Amino acid sequence: MIRRTLAVALKEFLQLRRDWRTLLALLGMPVVLLLIYGFALSFDVRHVRLAVVDLDGTRAAREVERAFLHSGYFDLVHRGTDLRAVDGLLDSGRAQAALVIPAGHAAAAGTQRAATLQLVLDGSDSQMATTVLAYARQITAAVAPAPRQRGAAGPPVPRPLVWYNPDLASSRFLVPGLVAFILMVTTVIATALAVVREKERGTWESLRATPLQALELLVGKTLPYLVLSAAAAAGALLLAHLLFQVPLRGSLLWLALVTLLFLLGGLGWGVLLSTLADTQQVAFQAALFTTMLPTLLLSGFIFPISSMPPLIQAITHIVPARYFLVALRGIVLKGTGPEVWGADMVGLAVFAAAVLALATVRTVRSL
Amino acid sequence: MRQTLRTLGRILVKELLQLRRDPKILPILFVAPVFQLLILGYAATTDIRRVELAVADLDRTPASRRLLERFTASPSFRLVATVDSQDQLGPLLDRGEARLALTIPAGFAARQVEGLPTPVQLLADGSDAAAGTIGLGYALGTLQLAAQDAAPAGVELRPKVLYNPELVSRNFMVPGVLAMIIMVMTMILTAMALVRERELGTMEQLLVTPLTPGQIILGKLLPYALVGLVEILTALPIVLLYFRVPLRGSLLLLLVLCLPFMLCTLGLGLLVSTLSHTQQQAMMLAAFVFMLPQIYLSGFVFPIQNMPTPFQWATYLVPLRYFVVILRGVFLKGVGLDVLWPQVAALLLLGTVILAAARARFARQLG
Repeated sequence: MIRRTLAVALKEFLQLRRDWRTLLALLGMPVVLLLIYGFALSFDVRHVRLAVVDLDGTRAAREVERAFLHSGYFDLVHRGTDLRAVDGLLDSGRAQAALVIPAGHAAAAGTQRAATLQLVLDGSDSQMATTVLAYARQITAAVAPAPRQRGAAGPPVPRPLVWYNPDLASSRFLVPGLVAFILMVTTVIATALAVVREKERGTWESLRATPLQALELLVGKTLPYLVLSAAAAAGALLLAHLLFQVPLRGSLLWLALVTLLFLLGGLGWGVLLSTLADTQQVAFQAALFTTMLPTLLLSGFIFPISSMPPLIQAITHIVPARYFLVALRGIVLKGTGPEVWGADMVGLAVFAAAVLALATVRTVRSL
Repeated sequence: MRQTLRTLGRILVKELLQLRRDPKILPILFVAPVFQLLILGYAATTDIRRVELAVADLDRTPASRRLLERFTASPSFRLVATVDSQDQLGPLLDRGEARLALTIPAGFAARQVEGLPTPVQLLADGSDAAAGTIGLGYALGTLQLAAQDAAPAGVELRPKVLYNPELVSRNFMVPGVLAMIIMVMTMILTAMALVRERELGTMEQLLVTPLTPGQIILGKLLPYALVGLVEILTALPIVLLYFRVPLRGSLLLLLVLCLPFMLCTLGLGLLVSTLSHTQQQAMMLAAFVFMLPQIYLSGFVFPIQNMPTPFQWATYLVPLRYFVVILRGVFLKGVGLDVLWPQVAALLLLGTVILAAARARFARQLG
């Protein structure tokens, strides 16, 4: 049984070696895609285009302005004393936020009355606006701490501490997602063509004449792809570590195991599509449509699953990348073990087992 | 001139007849975009509401409970756990059950009565950087309000959010999704249809007719431009009535400005078809070379200003970049051509260049 399986694997491997296009897609594409998109992916809010309208013109006002510009989050695009300029700047998108320092700002600062600052925000990108507002709150709180008064209660002073990712670089969160996305697309496409190609060429029929069992055939066919995609995954994860500063805080062994389960699921899905489709074209389209958008949108790669409506959240349970991402981020960013993401690992295993079993059933029928 | 128009009309009728005969086309045209819009519109949300909060109140005084109440009463937080010691907070963050942990140290009330600043510890999960920043921002805002009540001087920040006052990410995302659907449908349908004709050999037959390459191209692309417009008209009611994205600008302008964008996508479809010999190659090319960059490099999800400079330059070649600005401008800002003309000009220029390149390749291949 093992000998026959290995024989199929060897045959598939020899065939793969001659098919340089598939080989390139499987091994080269993950690295290239990661290189291209790893740099572009970021939710960090930096270089926010800020317009400053200083109606006060005092030293205190300039201090506020300086505090905003020195925070490192803002780029000054306009500085003036005319309030009417603000609308045009935000409408055209030349500025994303406008800081208005009203007249009398300095005069109010010395008294019991709070001096007010106005921040006008372009809310169309709600995420950026929320973050900018949070930054601005921190800056204003720092620029003018409330003066202590006799008899007044002591103000709470926040001591913020950020775990796992102290400088809040979003790439550390997004790059693992990108790795999952790339691996899912490439593994499924690679195996989706494997069986259907033989069907198109008519060699699938000749396999019927051999004493091969369906399971031996499928495992043998999947094995070379598993080896190759494991190599691609190792390359992509290494690149993520070296180039994008994605740490590895947990165990390498668990990382390898979880990644293998994920790859197995992807390859199994590809094989299943391949047994269902009659032409390479149909298999390819199905592979593309069932992996690209779902992994992009429904895996928690970019959009938090917890913010989705319940129905969509339910759908995300059939997207294997969802489980992989929880485990992957847990291992690399938080250094947690299976006691935290064990259920997700089971999810990956169940998915892989289910698709491989279905593919076997289909193959038994077709043989 | 009249002769040309009549010829064009004939090709158009022929193409539309052919489109109608394809049994798969109607579901693709009407069901797919609606389905995509619904799923994407729901899934593509970056709203971070109700941040999961764990608290350790080590002081247990009325003063500390009052501070906690500010957090629990705020719609920005959802209390997931109340623990007795700071050590218990770590595992909650590890497991992802809490995103934010607040510790009120012992002696909080005593210091407050003395009028001394009272430090409180905030622990944020930075692994999801965007959620971490926003959660921390909410907490700092809440504490600042508490500080302001304690000592009502200092500087108060009055935010004013334009265009999207409730900061709903759907208002930002859904117009982008609409743009993506238009792009996918027009580009891929065009490319596939043209390559299919090449595969079937019917493209060569057009050679013997007295039509010029320009006429053939126009006749081939016009039906898909119509298809694109139908897509928009199908999707718009969902965007406006179901997702309730405000349309502050002119509907007519919106429809007219879709045309320069479709000039680009149809041109890209034609270009893809001249670069591929089989439908499979066309799919691959369209998906990886033309679609992925548009998703990642258009500012649809990831802000362009954060990308490394060479990537920022590359975004100028991405038609979706301009169209997303146009759509969000018309929908949310209610601006008109006076603001959007640079984007329109860029799209027209890009579209002309793409179409000219595609036409040159097309003519050479036919001739």
